[in-house]
Amino acid sequence: MSGFSFLLKTAYRDSRRNRAKLALFMSSIILGVAALVAINSFNYNLRKEINREAATLLGADLAASGNRPADPEILQILDSLPAEKAREMEMLSMSYIPKTDETQFIRLKAIEGNFPFYGKIKADPSSAAQSFRTGRSALVDESLMLQHGLIPGDSIKIGKIMFEIKGRLGGAIGSIGAVSSVAPAIYINIESLDSTGLIQPGSLINYAYYYKVPESFDVEKWKASRKILFRSESLRVETVEDRKENLNQAFSFLNYFLNLVAIVALLLGCIGVASSVMIYIKSKANSIALLRCLGMRPGQAFLVYFIQISILGLAGVIIGVLAGVILQSVLPLLLKDFLPVQVDISASPRAIIEGFFVGFTVTILFSLLPLVGIRKISPLRTLRTSFDEEESKIDYLRWAIYGAIFTSLIIFLWLLTGSIMAAFIYVAAILISYILLAGLSMLLIRLLRKFIPTNTGFITKQGLSNLFRPDNQTQTIMVTIGMGTAVLTTLLILQSILLNNVSLMDEGKQPNMILYGIETHQMSDLKELTKSYKLPVIQEVPVVTMKIDGWKGKSKIQWMADSTMTSKRWAANREARVTYRDTISDDEKLVSGSIRKYGGAGDSIFVTLGTTFAEAMDVGIGDELVFNVQGTRMVTYISGLREIQFRNLSTRFFIVFPTGVLDEAPQFQVLVTKTPDNTTMSAYRGAVVKAFPNVSVVDLTTILQSVNDILNKVSFIIRFMAIFSLLTGLIVLISSLTLSKYQRLKESILLRTIGATRNQIVRINATEYAFLGTLSAGTGVGIAVISSFFVTKFQLELEFAISWWPVLWIMVSLILITVIIGMFNSRDVINNPPLEVLRKEDS
Amino acid sequence: MSLILKVEDLNMNYNSGGRPLSVLQSININIEEGETVAITGPSGSGKTTLMGLCAALDNPSSGEITLLGTKISPLNEDERAKLRNRYVGFIFQNFQLLPSLTAIENVMLPLELQGVSGAEKEAVQLLERVGLKDRVTHYPSQLSGGEQQRVALARAFINKPKILFADEPTGNLDGDTGANVESLMFDLNKDFGTTLIIVTHNPELASKTGRIIKLKSGQIVSDVKNILSNIAN
Repeated sequence: MSGFSFLLKTAYRDSRRNRAKLALFMSSIILGVAALVAINSFNYNLRKEINREAATLLGADLAASGNRPADPEILQILDSLPAEKAREMEMLSMSYIPKTDETQFIRLKAIEGNFPFYGKIKADPSSAAQSFRTGRSALVDESLMLQHGLIPGDSIKIGKIMFEIKGRLGGAIGSIGAVSSVAPAIYINIESLDSTGLIQPGSLINYAYYYKVPESFDVEKWKASRKILFRSESLRVETVEDRKENLNQAFSFLNYFLNLVAIVALLLGCIGVASSVMIYIKSKANSIALLRCLGMRPGQAFLVYFIQISILGLAGVIIGVLAGVILQSVLPLLLKDFLPVQVDISASPRAIIEGFFVGFTVTILFSLLPLVGIRKISPLRTLRTSFDEEESKIDYLRWAIYGAIFTSLIIFLWLLTGSIMAAFIYVAAILISYILLAGLSMLLIRLLRKFIPTNTGFITKQGLSNLFRPDNQTQTIMVTIGMGTAVLTTLLILQSILLNNVSLMDEGKQPNMILYGIETHQMSDLKELTKSYKLPVIQEVPVVTMKIDGWKGKSKIQWMADSTMTSKRWAANREARVTYRDTISDDEKLVSGSIRKYGGAGDSIFVTLGTTFAEAMDVGIGDELVFNVQGTRMVTYISGLREIQFRNLSTRFFIVFPTGVLDEAPQFQVLVTKTPDNTTMSAYRGAVVKAFPNVSVVDLTTILQSVNDILNKVSFIIRFMAIFSLLTGLIVLISSLTLSKYQRLKESILLRTIGATRNQIVRINATEYAFLGTLSAGTGVGIAVISSFFVTKFQLELEFAISWWPVLWIMVSLILITVIIGMFNSRDVINNPPLEVLRKEDS
Repeated sequence: MSLILKVEDLNMNYNSGGRPLSVLQSININIEEGETVAITGPSGSGKTTLMGLCAALDNPSSGEITLLGTKISPLNEDERAKLRNRYVGFIFQNFQLLPSLTAIENVMLPLELQGVSGAEKEAVQLLERVGLKDRVTHYPSQLSGGEQQRVALARAFINKPKILFADEPTGNLDGDTGANVESLMFDLNKDFGTTLIIVTHNPELASKTGRIIKLKSGQIVSDVKNILSNIAN
């Protein structure tokens, strides 16, 4: 018989009656690999789809957009492109539906030309994608039509004009499903927009210019050579390549979270593999000793179990890959509302190959750690069951495995995060956690041995003594439970931070309706109308639009050409919407400087800025700020900085002028009110739209509801993904505690034999597990808080705000689960006669 | 007759709670081929330690053991394993069968380790010899204690060992079953011409061997030929 076939045969025979013992091992691999394959598959498909669909999402080869019309000279440059042109104006507005006598907040998109040049507007009937381009015709979002029971041929009033609905719109170009639920899109043509009367000074309109160039024309090169020119303008010029980059960046957050889940599942899987193999080998120690006694060489004994674990590991990885393939088909369905493209639900071959190799390598490497211990199992165990294996000084093979694990983890994390630095930081965090946990457990053992209270009762003393008695598993359990807790809690803390950061303000007593675009002469009539509905006028704010022309002694053009500019482009280029008053509003706090009134002609003008805006512009108190107020140059100085509370949904202004300066400038008004119920809101909104078609009514309650719906979906997805890590974490916990089962079993049987009651055994075990659970979960949670702080601060760049109740809840749950699983493991001793248990364990 | 086991000035120390503990002191034994020897003594006298060292399962603190003309100390783990597999048999108090292997697979194991193919025939013959023809494919958990020890006997003899070490071979068995196993062991030993070394507390079992070595506190206190052994056997 050849040596290898004998080893194979022995591996097979030995595993025959023990495969159930490897269920934990298999589960760890399956869950870890399934999460990895599913998440990577989804990510690769999303990226592939974004790259493929970028032209369709942009709808053109080049798009220029901004919140004011392009300056004529810039437009001239853009129009010099050898291209087919189109134009779009987009604004939020109110619409009126005569059929139901209801109003609806909409996103109005007025198009001129043959936009989109790439891809199609999804319309039903398909002819409507063209017919809305002439006359007073509209293509209306299908959800809006469904909601109001509209059919093609019905009418919808936008501003002053009644439009005929030509068809249903399947989805706006490049838009995300969840966003359209806030403001459904309506397409009309630009000529009709002019007659709606919605374009007023102060109307919030987004202007876009689209160009389709011949295939031979290099639009990237064209844009690159005019980069500086476009930089000084408030226009955002985007090509297909930019869109790809922007979309990939926009989804990097989702990508980051999903990667985090994959890393956590993988790391927990690793811990699960190592601890379950350790349990298995522990249960096999006597068999291994006997094989050694009968003449099996240490290397052969190692190979027998290595073959077993490799074959089962391979099976686990294959099942994991298959489970991942099935799971990845669910992810696009869960996330479809948040994606601008339809993601393929076919598994990505790259994700499968990666999942397979990563899964198999990790399984083998982490199994090797306990497996190499086989070489040290002495045949003397056959003579003395309590024999302690002699530790050799340095086990080079073990160190080589540590090295291989370190290298492979770096490579895998590098693959997952795309950053070698991040990979090193993750591995360093794992190492530090390991050292911390191992060190703490050693300290605990020493302290307990030295200071165990002598005056405590038998139960407590026995329970605590178990933690330092010979063959104790305190260190192993503390490291595995602690690491598992740390990884899992980090994920949960980060999840809550991510969710909190996207969650909005409470609805409570805040205003719930903002009316904007009000012309000054309409204000008194509108106030009358508001009062007739017994609604309060909470705020009445004048708004003047202007551009920033320069700051700190240099013009904007000079700054834009200056490579040392520290101001943010978005802040300098935006069309500033400014109000004037000499007070601080309830939502603001003056954090430095003061408010200085305007003394009349000849006096200097002092403005106050919001702190965020001042930081973005890199300006401070005393600095000069020059504005172009609709053609008039106005030099001002910063006298104070205001911190603006963003929890309130009313109007807020980054720039506030003193009264007396802008009073006569062209301006529009904003009115903020609060309606007590939906009926009043609906009636009031209808009356406003009818009497003042140019006024936009933003119903914050509906928006808040839609945003809440979106948030609920997001949190569901996050929780759904976290279940993977939770399941793997549970397996790690079970594996860790099963480790101690073998140690405690015989002791408990002996105690039972000499007369310990069931109650006493339960209390002894509960004391031990509660202490172990508290210490390992506590340390794990501590590590999680520190690591999530660093991830939040330096990787996510978010505010680290932790809510301690959930963390405490996690800790208490883990302690309870530890005790419950520990007790579950001892159920045989508690419920059965001692000899029966011994017989069962020996067989 | 030639020497099969030579123990010279053997000492074994352990560290117990940080203090050195001397388990065996200056042991000298010569055992010739074909001898049957019982090592007896009270608990803690060092019997099992001595057996483990003689069977190349452990390293002494000092002294030398020569088994079948080979000095054990210079051998590495693989060489010791080979030596055990080719020339040594074992019987343990708690039978030590592999629970996931059937009776025949347990018996075949030493030969399979040597790379011998077709060990089934020999294994079946030995199982027949120990009266377990009908239990060939049973797992240890499906066998009684006496039956398990008989499987262990078959396994111990399948590689035709030159020397057999038995650690309290009947210690876990009742009187009749123990007697049955004892007689099988001696019979097989005679048939195979094996040197037999038994570690036991049982004076009755020891009296069936040709030589009795008594240990006390890690030292040999008597080493006598048992002239009554032939009568007993």
